[in-house]
Parts: sequence; structure tokens; C-alpha cells
Amino acid sequence: MLMDLFKFKGGVKPPSNKLQSNHLPIAQAPMPSRLVMPLHQSIGGTPRPIVAAGDHVLKGQMIGEADGWISAAVHAPTSGTVVEVAMHVRPHPSGLDSLCVVIEPDGKDEWIARTPIDHNAAAPADVFHHLQQCGIVGLGGAGFPAHGKLTPTKGVPMDELIINGAECEPFITCDDLLMRERADEVVRGIAVFRDLLQPKKVLIGIEDNKPEAIAAMRAAVDALNEPFSVVAVPTLYPAGGAKQLIRVLTGKEVPGSMRSTADMGVQVFNVGTAYSAWRAIAHGEPLISRILTVTGNVHAPRNYEVLIGTPMGELLALAQPHPDTDGILMGGPMMGFLIPNPQVPVVKTTNCLIAHDDRLFPPKAPEMPCIRCGACARACPHELQPFEMYWFSRAKNFGKTQEYNIFDCIECGCCSYVCPSRIPLVQYFRFAKSEIWAREREKNASDQAKARFEFKQLREEREKADKAEKLAKAAAAQAAKKAAEAAAAAAESGADAAVATAAPEMDAKRAAIEAAMARAKAQREAVQPKNTEHLAPDQQKAADEIEARRVAAHLIEDRVSSEKATAAPTAQLDPKS
Amino acid sequence: MFAPAPFLLKDVSVSQVMIQVCVALIPGIAAYASLVGPAILVQLVITTVAALVTEALMLKLRGKPLSLFLTDGSVIVTAWLIALTFPPLAPWWLVVTGTVFAVIVAKHLYGGLGQNPFNPAMVAFAVCIVAFPALMSQWPSVGLQLGLIDQMNIILGWAPRVDTLTGATPLDAMKTALKLGDSSFDISTLLANQDIYGNFAGRGWEWVAAGYLLGGLWLWHRKLITWHVPLAFVASLSLISGALWLYNPSQFASPLFHMLSGGAMLGAFFIATDPVSGCTTPRGKLIFGAGAGLLAYIIRVFGGYPDGVAFAILLMNLCAPVIDLLTQPPVFGMKDKA
Repeated sequence: MLMDLFKFKGGVKPPSNKLQSNHLPIAQAPMPSRLVMPLHQSIGGTPRPIVAAGDHVLKGQMIGEADGWISAAVHAPTSGTVVEVAMHVRPHPSGLDSLCVVIEPDGKDEWIARTPIDHNAAAPADVFHHLQQCGIVGLGGAGFPAHGKLTPTKGVPMDELIINGAECEPFITCDDLLMRERADEVVRGIAVFRDLLQPKKVLIGIEDNKPEAIAAMRAAVDALNEPFSVVAVPTLYPAGGAKQLIRVLTGKEVPGSMRSTADMGVQVFNVGTAYSAWRAIAHGEPLISRILTVTGNVHAPRNYEVLIGTPMGELLALAQPHPDTDGILMGGPMMGFLIPNPQVPVVKTTNCLIAHDDRLFPPKAPEMPCIRCGACARACPHELQPFEMYWFSRAKNFGKTQEYNIFDCIECGCCSYVCPSRIPLVQYFRFAKSEIWAREREKNASDQAKARFEFKQLREEREKADKAEKLAKAAAAQAAKKAAEAAAAAAESGADAAVATAAPEMDAKRAAIEAAMARAKAQREAVQPKNTEHLAPDQQKAADEIEARRVAAHLIEDRVSSEKATAAPTAQLDPKS
Repeated sequence: MFAPAPFLLKDVSVSQVMIQVCVALIPGIAAYASLVGPAILVQLVITTVAALVTEALMLKLRGKPLSLFLTDGSVIVTAWLIALTFPPLAPWWLVVTGTVFAVIVAKHLYGGLGQNPFNPAMVAFAVCIVAFPALMSQWPSVGLQLGLIDQMNIILGWAPRVDTLTGATPLDAMKTALKLGDSSFDISTLLANQDIYGNFAGRGWEWVAAGYLLGGLWLWHRKLITWHVPLAFVASLSLISGALWLYNPSQFASPLFHMLSGGAMLGAFFIATDPVSGCTTPRGKLIFGAGAGLLAYIIRVFGGYPDGVAFAILLMNLCAPVIDLLTQPPVFGMKDKA
């Protein structure tokens, strides 16, 4: 298939190290002794646990339900007993604990009743709901709930659906093997996405260092008679970054500030996501297992199909790590991180485990001063000036880092890779970003406190006004009563009756006017500008859409958006591929 | 164990960069040595030793690890550039003064490696030519053939500095002759003097310049420098010299003469490309190179100094931060909006 490809600037070519693990077929990992399912495995909300210690669960039974639109359910990977629902460390660079459901397998591996869905017959909303209930999230690395990406942006025609099989990170071969062995189901999953998004064309991008995968995908596309283009893209890290792949295949450059690529009429899914979506649609299987590469300093590197929740140490043992292994790296060597201990479980976005040792990954030479050589800027795929951002991050001049577009940084690591001064540039940028977020959270908190205070004042004013009104009414009633008495007295006397009745009427009128003024004052206070006013039209639109979705999903519970904010930049990259 | 991603790193280091710059200087040095004899090698040794000793002293005073910084090679590049820009028969104390000043004031007082706003070697040159104009203008007479011992005696001050040993550079000689205003001295008659002038520029010097050009192209090939600065430097120097040459060829030398004279090639490829004191953005580098080329021409032709490259580069160093600020390239996805 011949087509014009585009180039993105920058990029690096680290040794690929893929040949170690891609020559053996995918093996089934044995059942672990215990499964730890973190509830929070995707971008967005944290699913609510719906099981308790002691419950018996079946394979594929939902154990955590989605708590919002951008949230996806989690399921029991096998049948067994829930041991506890407790805090355990999850695989995240923070090393923080999160709520996990711990399951002891009963060895029967007994499935719950599975319900496939006919996506052609069902309404799109039902398909989205099905995918959400099956816990389908992006398997490329960021873990964005798949159903959240299957609606085109209003008013923007969907031009291209891009399927990311680039897998540009060194060492990782799970997508390679998936495409080689299960191309048919991957292509069927892509067809589902195509039916939902209705794009003008479908492009499957695979780095040209995977000829077998390219051939298998082409064969599957032909066999299923689909008009998809399987495109070999040049091997250049990070060609598998969503925005880089979009650039290479379509020439479009999606700005870093644009949250959704659909705003430019293009959407990207990982091949693994397409595969698990198909399993969910056609077989009703929730996402409870995935393909994972175990490689690095091991005797027998290969790919395994593993249950989500399997402790990483048990998987590494399958590949027989060499005795000098001193850590486990989750993800690739460019963007991955060392896990805090071998008990950390595999999650939906775990694509690779690498046994770490000093031979494969030599200890870093000491950091030297920046000599402004500009190698980082030439390597940056987002055409940033990393050395400038470094100066300002170091100086904690965070405003300046934002002027240099620090939030466009996808943390791909190209700058650190080429730096002759061995400066851990990405680390500085993460630091700057998290500081900026922390400050924004503080600011939001103080804004909220201010709003609360203003509301309290408003309420007090209103109460005062209400009170005044009540008093005025009571006074009027009193006056009327007095007037009635006076009238009665006047009737008795018969003299100056007209004057006597006029006076209490005046009193009642005055009281009513005062009450009305108090009400008007309260209303004036009430229209003080709030922070949800003066929104730009697009912000208002976004807010309305979110509100509409919430209503549609019957989820009106308000969520703190800090989690989303922290997740946002990673959401822009499918880093694994 | 704390080790942030990426775990794979390219095999590069500051010392590798600096060593390659030194390697790239070798063709020029070889041509230079064959022209003036071993004096230049003696100067290279003197400046290197002086630079390393001063650097060690400053690192010690600043409490920096010697093993890390003394081996980064940056001070050797500075030392070599000083040796190559000073007159080869300059007395030892002059080059040592220049070197010590460069390392202490131009480099370490500004914060050391990566922090100097001005190129240290050019600072050394500027300081010495202002303080010791006569010594800095004495270049070995053409055809002067002295052995190592004689040259060492001159450099070390053990032999008298005889006027006949030294003279002006070909560039300087031409300017002086033209400045006399005597119409008998026009460029073609001057160039006909094959004792001083060779095929393109100063006899022999043109091959030194060619050596720098060769080394510079290798640096570009190795991606240690980009094409922007050298090309802009050469283009602007050619443009201004070409325009004046076309206007009056008897009073203004050709672009080729200027390109291969004085410090043009060394400056274009090795000094103006210094990333620390130069510009970093692509457009900034073009402005930097073009400005340096233009100023070098103006100073060398109309100014009072034998050559203008050092001052041109220092002046552009001064402008580099603001040029960088104003020439930030648009980031990915923002090209239409910028």
C-alpha cells in the first residue's frame, strides 16, 4: 500500500532490543496464588467496589463499577474468594497505595454468564455502556476508557481512524505478537470502532521493524475484506506517540493543548484496545487479561497472556531472571519506571516487565551543567526547547516554563536520552508540572473557600431580609389590629373616623415597601459574579457537555477534577507503542 | 533505588563533545605548524597547561569536584582557541595572561561551564589586544624559517624580539597599504606580491583556513554543530565583501580573500558555534552568524584592529540572549498560529 508519509521533527533511535522476546509465541501464564485488582486502573474516576471480603466471585464478575462517564469497570480475573478490599501499592511512579480487591483463586476458573452485544443492531449508547461495563480502556499506556473516545467531536467530520501498532519503545513486543497471532480479532475490533466513528479512512500504523506483524495484519484485512490501510512507518522513537503517529500518517499536528484529537477529526486506538473491545463485543468478555512482554536481564524472555492482578514478581520468575537482577521496570526503558516491590500487580496498562540490572542499564554518569548544545531541542518530537525549560524548572520559575510550553511535553525522554551533560531533563519537567498543579489546586481551594464565604454572607443577608420582612408583616398586622380597635373606638365616638383609618393603612404600606427593599437588596447580593460565570463560550460548551453526559449516565454526583487534571498530559500519549 | 526514566541513554558526554572539537581543529593546526613551524605547538602546550592549572585552582576554590570537571575538556578547547588566535611567537607570559584571564574571569566568575555569556577565548584575545596591541600584532614574517629552539627562545623571552622576525598579517598589511591612500597600492598589485599572498589570500594562511574549514565540516557531519551559524557567517561576509568588491575591486578585496584570511574560518566553525555563548534557536543562529560575519568585515576593513572576528563574536554574544528570546520557534501543532 503506497501512501505519502509525513515526518515529525526530532525523535531518537535507541537500540530496539526487541529480538530477544519476539521469536516465541504468546504463552499462557499460570494462575497466580493471589490476585490484587486495583480499582483505579484507567484515567478518570475510581470505580466503586461492589464486593466485600468473604464474597465468592466468578471469573469476569464485576467487582468495581464505573463511577462516572470517564471511568471503566473492573472485574474478577478468575473465580475465587474475595480476601479483602484494602489499600495496596499499585504500579504507579508515586508508589502510593490505592484501594484494591484481593482475590484468592479457587482454581476452577469458572466464568460468569457472558452477554455479547450486536453492535450493529444496538444503539451506540448501549455499545458504549457495554464497553464501559466490560472495562475496556486504552492498552497503549495511558488507559483512557475506550468508550469515551468513540464519539466524534460535534461539527468536526471524522477523517481518520488511526490504529496504533507502532510499538516504538525498545524491548516491548506485546503488540507485535498480538498482531502476529490474533490479527483477525484485532481487525474485527477495528471494524467496530470504524462503525461507531464512521471515519473517512482507517489507517493502521506499524513500525517497519515488525514485518511479520505488518504481513499478518495485511492478510487479516484482506481476508475480512476491509478497506483498511496497513502502513509501515519508519522506526523512530516516539513514532507510537499518538500525536506523532497522527503526524506521520496524516500530516496533521494536534497541538499539545488540544485535549482530544477528535477535535481535529482523527482518533487513535491501540491494537490491544481493538482486540479487547472485540472480545467484549463478540464474546461478552470483560478486560481481565492482556499480553505482556517479560524481558531484560532474564534467561527466557517472551510474551505471556496474563491475568490482570497477577503480582509482577511471579511473572518475572517465569522468564528466569539472572541472579544480578536488581529491580523490575514496568513499561519500556524510555518512559517506564521501577516498581517499588515485586508484589505490585499487573494492571490493564502494564505492557512490559523488564528485569533491571547494571549491564543493560548502566548507572547514570553524574549530572553536568547544561552547555546549551541544543541536542535536546533537536531531539524533541514536540519541538520544545528543553534546555530553556530546564533552566526555568531548576530556578522554580514556573511561569516561564509555561511560556516555553512545558505542558506540551509528553515526557517521552528523547531529551534526556541525547543530553551529553546527563541531565535528567524529564525529571525536572515532571517536577515543574506537579508544582504548577499543586499551586493550581491550592488556588482552586482558596477560590472555593472564598465562594463558600461569599455564600455564607449572602445567606446571612437573606436571613436578615427575611427576618425584616417577617417583622414588617407582624408590625403591619399589629398596626391593622390597632387600627381596627381604633375604628371600633371611633365608631363608638363617630368623630374623625376617616383620619383614624388612613393612618394604619399608611403604616402597613410602609412596612410592605421596606420588606420589598430588603428583598431587592438580597437579590442584588445574589447576582454577585461567581466563578462559573464569565466562561469563554468553549468552556461553557464543555461544561454543558459534561453536564449532559452526567445526566445521560445518571451520574450527577460531583467529582473532584484533580485526578483528571493530573491524568491529562499522559492521556495525550499512547507511550507504549 | 531512585532512577528516573529514561533508563537507556545515548553514549554521549561533555568530554566527548569537547574532544571531538579538538580533533576537528587538527587539520588547521597541521597546516598552521607547516606554515610557521613548531611555535604553534609550543603555544598549544603552554595554553593547555596554563588552562588546566587555572581550572583546577578555580574548581578547588569553588568547591567543585576536580575529577568531574577537569576532565570535561571544555578548558582545553578554550586553551587551544587562544593558542590559535594569538600570534604564534607571542611571549609566553602574554598567552598565559590571556588564558588565565579567560578561565578565571570569563569562565569561572560567571559560574563556570555552561554559564559564560562570552566566549572565553575571544575575551582573552580582546583583553590582550587592547592591553598589548603591539605584541598582539606581531606575526612571524613570511618565509621566516626558525627551528624549534629558536622559536622557543623567542617565546620564552631568552632571545631578543627582533623586528625583522615579525610583521603584520597579510590582512593587516593590505589594510595598512590601502589606508595610505596612495593610489599606486591597489589590490591587484598587492596580491601580485607572491611573497605575502598566495592563490586566494595570505600565502600559507589560506591553507590554514582551509584546514579549519575541513575540521568544521567534520563537526557538522558529526552533528556537533548545525549548518546555521557557519553558513550565515560565510554568507554575510561574502555578501558585504562581494558588494564592495564589485563596487570597487581595486580598493576592496574579494570575498574569497576575506573568507580565507584571518580568523574567518576558525570563527565561523569553531567560535561563533560555541553553544554556551551563542544562539540556540535555528533562526537565532542565522542572525548570530550573519551579524558576526558582517561585524567582522566592518571591523577588519574599516576598524583599527588587524582582524574583526573576535570583536564581532563578542558583540554578538552580547545580543544572543535577546535574539534567542525573540526567535523562539513555534512548537508542534502551533505553526499556523505563530
